[in-house]
Amino acid sequence: MAPMTTYLSPSTPAAAVQEPVPTGPGARARRRRPGFGWLRRWVSPVAIVLVWQLLSSTGVLDERTLAAPTQILATGVEYTASGVLPEAILASLQRVLLGFVIGAVIALVLAVVAGLSRIGEDAIDPPMQMLRTLPHFGLITLFIIWMGIGEAPKVALIALGVVFPLYLNTFAGIRGIDRKILEAARSMHLTRAQRIRHVVLPGALPQALVGLRQSLGIAWLSLIVAETIAPQTGLGHMINQAKEFLQIDVIVLGLAVYSLLGLGTDAIVRYLERKALAWRA
Amino acid sequence: MARLTTDPTTTDRRPTDLVARVRRHNRSFGSTHVLREVDLDIRPGEFVALLGRSGCGKSTLLRSLTGLDPVPAGEVEVHGRTGVAFQEPRLLPWKSVRENVALALLNTEQRDRRHGLADETLAEVGLTEKHDAWPLQLSGGQAQRVSLARALVSNPELLLLDEPFSALDALTRIEMHQLVIELWRRHSMAILLVTHDVDEALALADRLLVLDQGRMSHAWEITIPRSDRAPSRPEIAGPRAEILTALGVKPTPPNPNRAAHSGRGAA
Repeated sequence: MAPMTTYLSPSTPAAAVQEPVPTGPGARARRRRPGFGWLRRWVSPVAIVLVWQLLSSTGVLDERTLAAPTQILATGVEYTASGVLPEAILASLQRVLLGFVIGAVIALVLAVVAGLSRIGEDAIDPPMQMLRTLPHFGLITLFIIWMGIGEAPKVALIALGVVFPLYLNTFAGIRGIDRKILEAARSMHLTRAQRIRHVVLPGALPQALVGLRQSLGIAWLSLIVAETIAPQTGLGHMINQAKEFLQIDVIVLGLAVYSLLGLGTDAIVRYLERKALAWRA
Repeated sequence: MARLTTDPTTTDRRPTDLVARVRRHNRSFGSTHVLREVDLDIRPGEFVALLGRSGCGKSTLLRSLTGLDPVPAGEVEVHGRTGVAFQEPRLLPWKSVRENVALALLNTEQRDRRHGLADETLAEVGLTEKHDAWPLQLSGGQAQRVSLARALVSNPELLLLDEPFSALDALTRIEMHQLVIELWRRHSMAILLVTHDVDEALALADRLLVLDQGRMSHAWEITIPRSDRAPSRPEIAGPRAEILTALGVKPTPPNPNRAAHSGRGAA
């Protein structure tokens, strides 16, 4: 290879050739890293798993401390076949969904009322701003005293965790609407209801979606904590049972499924963001 | 062209003959009087330019006519529909260009035909291929055309333009001037153009008003056709010098690059 080529090639593509700002449909696809760039991000995680497997196989890592990846995988297949894992996932999903929906509805109603009216803001925002600093996991004890150890305290904990990030972001989104655009809507004689529908809510959506992602993360975290309260069903129950018999592989399997579910819902929201915020060119 | 020493308002005219009638209009913010005893009549189909220095109250007066601000009863009457275009396009970024324009017809009788009418108006402002684009994908000039289409689509009797060209580059501004004149001819609505650009006002308007510290201080009528409004002509150069003086600026010879376009495409 000519020396000049070797000298130029590393710097040319990225630095010298400034890509034009992509617009219009298909822009996202063109912006994506070309070739196998995404593959590079998998090298080190795979290496870590390989080292883990090696340490387990050679006995350096005691299986009573941490099970081997292959062992966990085998347990996963076995638990799936027996129906234990799907049943646990379903129970946990139901729980997190119920808590999330309750929390999200409360958050959105409060944010819209506080965002659209001065009185609503005065009534709702100060207590919300005070309560948000409260670590909601600290309320577990109170919830157990109030609601016992059944489903109620678990769902309540998830709902409470969901409320704050979604409320705060949606409220900020509504209040951050460009007043000039609202004025333009008024100059077109749109009614208040029409301005809310066409300007306020879509304008608040980007910020609300940020809140949605945050609150989904907290929902999963709250689920894991809530499922340590005398669980009768769900992944927490599965992990709790395994604890009794020191089944490390089942415990790790449960944790892995928790995080996969969390990743899954995050991917759904990111997909929604791409669809709903396509206008951000 | 005639220099009018008094207010151009014709007091004997019946209010219904006018699209806008402002009488002894006062506006103040706190202890600051922004408009003092302002009188203004706008006749149907008339092109009026309102000039003034920054902070003279010209945008406040335009806002009084839009109905965006509360005004004391009886001081401002507007007969017929108004359309407004602001200095910034103020489009809704989450709606397509077509939806942005159609929104202005939501509470009109054309509600059911609003998308078709939006397309027609977009074609009129020269944007035939951008219906489905998002506002953030448009250039400044294109966005301002959409804003103009949105103000026009409901066929207003009075079009209110609040310095709509001041943020555009010089070439785009020339195109927009020609476009506004074309649209004005076709729709024969009245236009109130708020601007601080004397040459722009001389090129476009029939009547030029100067607002000074909240008072209507001067008025001119330009009667020669727009095609003859070369800045060097005495009928234009005269008022130009007078207007600049009224605005507190020492008159300078007109820049041959500015406003020389006024004639092109105009009758």
